[in-house]
Formats: sequence, structure tokens, C-alpha cells
Amino acid sequence: MNRRPVACALAVALLCLLAAAAPVTQAAPAVQAALAAAPAALDAHGQLRDPALQARFEQITKELRCLVCQNESIADSNAELAGDLRGQVQELLVAGKSDDAIFKYMTDRYGEFVRFSPPLETKTLFIWGAPFLMLVLGGVIVFRIVRKRASMPLDDDAVTGPDLR
Amino acid sequence: MWKFLLPFAAFVALAVLFAFGLSPSRDIHALPSPLIGKAAPIFALTDVLDPARVVSNSTLKGQVYVLNVWATWCVACREEQEALLAISQSHVVPILGLDWKDDREKSRQWLQQLGNPYQAVAYDVDGRAAIDWGVYGAPETYLVDANGLIVYKYISPVTEAVWQREFLPRIAAARRGGA
Repeated sequence: MNRRPVACALAVALLCLLAAAAPVTQAAPAVQAALAAAPAALDAHGQLRDPALQARFEQITKELRCLVCQNESIADSNAELAGDLRGQVQELLVAGKSDDAIFKYMTDRYGEFVRFSPPLETKTLFIWGAPFLMLVLGGVIVFRIVRKRASMPLDDDAVTGPDLR
Repeated sequence: MWKFLLPFAAFVALAVLFAFGLSPSRDIHALPSPLIGKAAPIFALTDVLDPARVVSNSTLKGQVYVLNVWATWCVACREEQEALLAISQSHVVPILGLDWKDDREKSRQWLQQLGNPYQAVAYDVDGRAAIDWGVYGAPETYLVDANGLIVYKYISPVTEAVWQREFLPRIAAARRGGA
């Protein structure tokens, strides 16, 4: 076990480098090219010929996390597994699967963690709601402070003194 | 009073959160598998040692077995090999190998040099079977019960201690529940 201790979360990029350098579980190296989608559906650059499909492909792969380098999407990652999964997404698109079906295909195998934005459902309600909760909370606090200040009596000291509390 | 207590409480809460979240002992690469409790995906691939032979986990239906994902490019798998050999010699459960995105010749040499703990090794050259199993690194080791359900997944090299602690009790439980 030669996992290097990760001291803090500041170095997200560094973390990925470490993961590539000395992981306990390793990513597959470039042994094989990405899974071949139906070759006719791809152009010379490996992109889908159908522009509508290609646009969906780009959208979906941006939304899927590469599990090897966890802060990259499979669209950006050079990891071998990311390449395989891109190929898989292409194949599913060519097979006429919907976006939802493709996301389900991925979460069935790798869990909700592969999605950068979790779907809105009961158990994720807090995650989605928390920012609004914070906003309301902050608003209430600011409102109370402002009101308290407004109700403070104005005296002469307030004009001359530095104490603006 | 609250004016001082609240920020302090918030600080303590964050400190606890960070202590757990950023602890170096926490393996951020170990993810829970959604496949636990689900049917093990069936694969039928060629035998790494004999391209004419098909290896499928469907032949182990009704048995408790272990699937070990490995590859010759995986350094940690080499570490694991000794423990796997000892485990296979204890004849507790059959171990099936899944050789992930590898080179047949290198794999053959590996098994010759280090010994072969596997009942059979399926050669997953394009990594499709691995995707179905939710594999994202090597080594990974799965325990499948007699009903063909994945009971447990272990990420990183299996050692004798891990085998005793994590696998044997689950194998015993699977046998009690399954058969």
C-alpha cells in the first residue's frame, strides 16, 4: 500500500497527479483504443457524423465524472477508462438511446457519483435546496442587523466618533 | 451569549467535517458500488490461456465465487498475487479472473511466472465486461453468492488479512443464506 497521504484539498490538480503516479488501484494504460462504435457513424476524427448526436455526446460526456481522475469529466480526461466510456456513450447514442437512458446505464454501473449534478429527487433535495436555504438565512441575518442599526438612536457621538457600531 | 456560542459551534462543526472529509486514511478512490445486491453481469469471453475456449461466469451459477479483476500493467496486482495463490490453495471458493485490457502474451507469462490462482481467466481485451461490472481500477475483487448476486466488492489488493476479515465471514453468510 503506497498511497501517499493527501494533506489537504487545496491541491485538486495535484491530487490527480498523485492518483496517476502512485495509486493502489490503477487506471488502464493505453493498451487498446476506445471501444469502437459502429464505424460508419464516426468520421475520421472519431466524432459522430450526425451533428445532433455529436452535440448530445459533448453534453453528456461533460456531465459524467471520470472515476480515475475524479475531478475531470470523461469529456476532458485522458484516462483509458474515460476513453472506453466515451466510446460506450457514442455507441448508445448511435443505438438511439435517450440521454436519460445513457445516464441510467452509467449510474447502474458506477453509482450516482458518476454524475456531476445529481438528479433532483427526495434524497438529494437538501443538496439542491441548501444554497437557497443559505440565501434565506443570510437575508434574515442581514435584515435583522440593518433593522437593529436603523432603530439605534442617533446621537452626536455618532457624527464625530469613529465607533460606527 | 449566543453571539459567541454560535460561531464557535459552527467552527466545531466544520472542524469535525474536515477531520473526516480530509483525513488521509480515507480512501477517496474507494467508491461504493451500486451493484451490491444486484445480479452479477454475465460475461462470455475467451480464455486468456486458450483463445479457443470460452470462459463465462454463468458456469458458476449456484456457487459462491470470487471474481478478481487484474492486469499485467497493474503493479498492485503483482502484490496481490501471493495472497490469491494462498487463497486458491485453501479451496474455499473458486476464483475467476478477469484480465482487463491486457496483452494475451504478457498475461500468459505472468501466470507462468507468478503462478495461477484462477479457475479460469476471462480475457476482457476491450474492457466491456469490466464496464458492466463497474470496474474503474485494478485490482478489484467481487464476491458473488449462490443466487448470482454480488455481495461485496473490495478495491485495492487483497491480502491474507483482508481475506480473513472481509471475505470469509461473508462467504460463510452467503452459504448459510444461499444454499
